[in-house]
This record gives sequence, structure tokens and C-alpha cells, in this order.
Amino acid sequence: MRYIVAIIQPDRLDEVLAKLDEKEIHLVTVTPVMGRGRQKGIAEVYRSHKEAGCLLKKAKLEIAVNESYVQPTIDAILSTARTGNIGDGKIFVMDLLRCVRIRTGEEGSAAIG
Amino acid sequence: MAGTAKRDSWKWWTTVLVVLVCLLANVGGALAGDSVTPGPGGQALPAAPVLQADSGDTAWVLISAALVMFMTPGLAFFYGGLVRKKNMLSILMQCFMILCLISVQWVLFGYSLAFGPDVKGIVGSLGWAGLSGVGLDPGSYAPHVPHQAFMIFQMMFAVITPGLIIGAFAERMKFTGFCVFTLLWATLVYDPVCHWVWGEGGFLRQMGVQDFAGGIVVHINAGLAALAAALVLGRRQGYPKVISPPHNLPFAVIGAAMLWFGWFGFNAGSALGAGKVATNAFVATHTAGAVAGLTWALMEWLLIRRPTMLGMITGCVAGLAAVTPAAGYVNAMGAMAIGVGSGAICYLSVSFVKARLQYDDSLDAFGVHGVGGIWGTLALGIFATKSVNPDSANGLLYGGSSLMLAQLTAVGVTLAYSFVATLLLLKAVNWVTKLRVSEQDERIGLDLTQHREAGYTLID
Repeated sequence: MRYIVAIIQPDRLDEVLAKLDEKEIHLVTVTPVMGRGRQKGIAEVYRSHKEAGCLLKKAKLEIAVNESYVQPTIDAILSTARTGNIGDGKIFVMDLLRCVRIRTGEEGSAAIG
Repeated sequence: MAGTAKRDSWKWWTTVLVVLVCLLANVGGALAGDSVTPGPGGQALPAAPVLQADSGDTAWVLISAALVMFMTPGLAFFYGGLVRKKNMLSILMQCFMILCLISVQWVLFGYSLAFGPDVKGIVGSLGWAGLSGVGLDPGSYAPHVPHQAFMIFQMMFAVITPGLIIGAFAERMKFTGFCVFTLLWATLVYDPVCHWVWGEGGFLRQMGVQDFAGGIVVHINAGLAALAAALVLGRRQGYPKVISPPHNLPFAVIGAAMLWFGWFGFNAGSALGAGKVATNAFVATHTAGAVAGLTWALMEWLLIRRPTMLGMITGCVAGLAAVTPAAGYVNAMGAMAIGVGSGAICYLSVSFVKARLQYDDSLDAFGVHGVGGIWGTLALGIFATKSVNPDSANGLLYGGSSLMLAQLTAVGVTLAYSFVATLLLLKAVNWVTKLRVSEQDERIGLDLTQHREAGYTLID
């Protein structure tokens, strides 16, 4: 079991979700987050006061999958979230120790699907 | 710690006691000394004709009072939207506290100090304290509406004026200090200045100073008090480098819209009747607000390449503030000139002067209301015309120069008095109960530390 975290441009979210759905990866948690990288943001100006050190809006996706779904998930995100610009985001893949479905008490691979 | 707290409470109670004694002595003096009971309008003339209230005029003044009342919650949302999330409730609370506190002060003695029987041109006596002698027949201030209608209309002005000052000390003032300051400021600064300009016998009024709806009394007065407050309280932590942006601009826009709507009561209501002058003031007010909003947005477009929502509403408020002293004395084109001027001058003041001097007038109470009020009051000396209102004098543009001189004097006197008196008042209040919250409380936010409430919850 793997836990995939992807930070992407928020305006790519709809396409990424549609592609994941197409590949039968339905279970996703999405959080709006702020972050920064090498990309320079859009400086906000309030009454001529320029905001320093802006954090940028990003979308964070969290997806728990069985081994066979790891590559399809990564492919789905890569093919839809990539614009070729700095700031497209990153995908992190981690080992997942345990997974329990609250409704049934099922554990492991059966619980993930 | 315990020792400090004890010493502070000692100071606190001493001050309360002194204030109470002074008040009682004053009321006692007024009751004993003023044996001449004022009749309607404060005059005891036997042959004075009984004035009849006009129903249309009365309706308009009462509705206008309600419109102006609506501006204080409007101001709360205008300012509230501009602060950080953690301080939202503190702004709303300060505005509502002022609404309640000053309304009570006005009935008890504020109205009497501002409009009551004149004492040497400086202040009203306490002869009308508790609205004694302020009845339902018209008085001399507004011959076509019941005296109490005029009183309640003026009350809303006394409420919103200290409200404007909040913009200067937002996000860092202790609530106790704020309450004490507000009550004293209304009593020692607003009421006398109001008497000078509008009260019968007030020395600026005697000089021919014109202030249709409060450019001097409300905007310059509050603006300079705001500057003093920003200087005494000092900057917020992190200012100007690290200060988060406004937490909810849509709230600020709702607030600005409420202010604009209420401003029709503020300015057109100041005609104290439903007729030609009220209509002129209505048109002038709307025109100036609109053109100032356009001016601000255009300047941003040219200078920072994008017109902003916050810029546009700030421009509108600046224009409305600037046209306030002039609304009943200038025609639509005069109002337009005042609007363009206020949009441009306030923009420069907020964008460059404040940035250069680096004082933290957090929400630009001085930059918008003070500067806009000064410009409008002086612009009245240029654009006023008798063809709009025979009660007015002609401005420079129409061949009169005495009005401009009077306006200049009034601006100078009010600037100086409001700034110095507010400065001293704040120092005095700071001695009794600290004005500023601790560094940690400021970081946590005033909502939690001053009111034990949160404006927004994370979980539904």
C-alpha cells in the first residue's frame, strides 16, 4: 500500500480529478493549501502597499492506493497537472503501514479500494 | 505582578472618582446657576411665535437619522473586512460599543454640551442635560422639525465620528482603554468642536465658517484624532514589512456600500428639510462619491497598472467625505471638482505620504477622512455659490474671499485642537489604563484576548 501526496496548481484540479476517475481511482482527499517554491507569485497590492513574500495557492491531493495503482495514479497526475512552467508542483509517494475502513472494520488492501 | 495590578486599580478608581465629582459639580452648577429656564429653542422670549413642525420635513429628518445610524455598522464592516481574521470581532465590537455608549452620553449631557445654551462661544452649558428643555416643538436649530428630531439626527453624527478614529488604532488597542478614551474624546473634543461650528454662539459659526454636514466637525476632527492615535499607540508588530492583507474584501465592499447609502441621510438630511437644498446635497454627494471612486481607480491603473476593488471603494469614501462640508453649497460641477480633487489628494496621501513617514494609520482614517475633510472644507471656499443656497457666501470662484479666510481659520483651529487634545487625552488614559495590548495578546488577536470570542470557526 502506498500513500500518494501531490501538490498541484489549483487551476489544474478539475482535469486531474477527471483523469483519476477515468483510471478508476475514485478516492481522493483535496485540501486548498498555501506554499512557495522557486516560482515568483503574483504580488498583491492593497492601497499601494505591496505584499512581501506572498505564499501561493495550491491544491493538495491525498490518495491511498494498492501497489498496482501507483503508476497509473502518477501518470494521471503528470499528464493533466503539467503545464511546463515552474510551480507545477510535486508528487510524493510514501509507504502506508495500515489502513482501516471505519464503516466495516476491514483492514489493508480490501479497505483501500 | 500583584503589586502592579493593585497600583493600576488604585489609579483607575481615583480617576473614576475625580471624573464623577467633576460631573456632579457641573450638573449641580448648571441646575443651581442657570435659573433662566430656556423655553423652546433655548430662548425665553415671551413674544416668540410658536414654530410648527412640517410633516414632510420631519419625515425626512427622522429617516435621515436612521440612514446615518446605518453608517456605523457600515463602517464596522468596511474596517472589519480590512483587518486580519483574528481582529474582526474587535472592530465590530468597538463600533457597536460606540453606538451604544455615545447614544447614552448624547442624551445625558453630550447634546447639551454641543448645542445647549452657549458659554463664551466655546461649549454649550449643561442646561439641556438629560434633554431637559429639548421638546417636541421645533427649536431654533431646525425650525420645521421637532427639536428632538434634530437632536436624534445629530446623535448619529456624534456616534460615527469617534467610530472613524478606530481605523488608526485597529488591531492593537485594549478594550478598556478604548472605552474610556471614546467617552472622554466625545465629551472633550467632539462636543466642543461641534459647538464651535454648529452651536448657536459658537465662535467659528460667528466668524461665518460654513460646514454643511460635518467636514470640519466630523472628518477633520476624527482624522486628526486618528493621526494622534496612530502616533501615540505606535505601529503594529511587523508594520510595514509583514502585515497580512485584508481578511475579507467583500465585507469591506458591503461596508462601503452601506456608508454610501447612509451618506444620503448624512448630507441631504443636513438640509433639515425635504426641499431644494436637500436635493442639491443629494446630487452633489452622489456625484462626488462616484467621480472620486473613478479617479482613484484611474490613478491605480496608471501608476500600478491594475485598478483595485479596495482602491475604488476607498476613493468613493474619500469623495463622500470631501463633499460633506460642501454638499448644500455647491452645484453638481463643483461637487465633481471636489470629487476629483479628493480622489487624487487622498490617493497621494495614502500611497506616498504614509509610506514615506511610516506611521501606522492602519486603515487610513487620517489619510482618507482627515485629508479628504481638509480638502473639502477648503474647496468649499472655492466652489460655494449663492445660486445654490442663499444661506451660503460665495467662494473664490464666484468672487467672494471672506468665506475662504473663514474656512482656513476653521481648518487651522480644528486641526490644532483635535490633534493636541487627543494626544493629551490618550497620554492621560494611558496613565490610568494601558492603551495597548501586550505583545502576546496582539499576536493572538483581540477577538480572543479582549472578548473571548472568535469571529470564524474552523468546524461547522
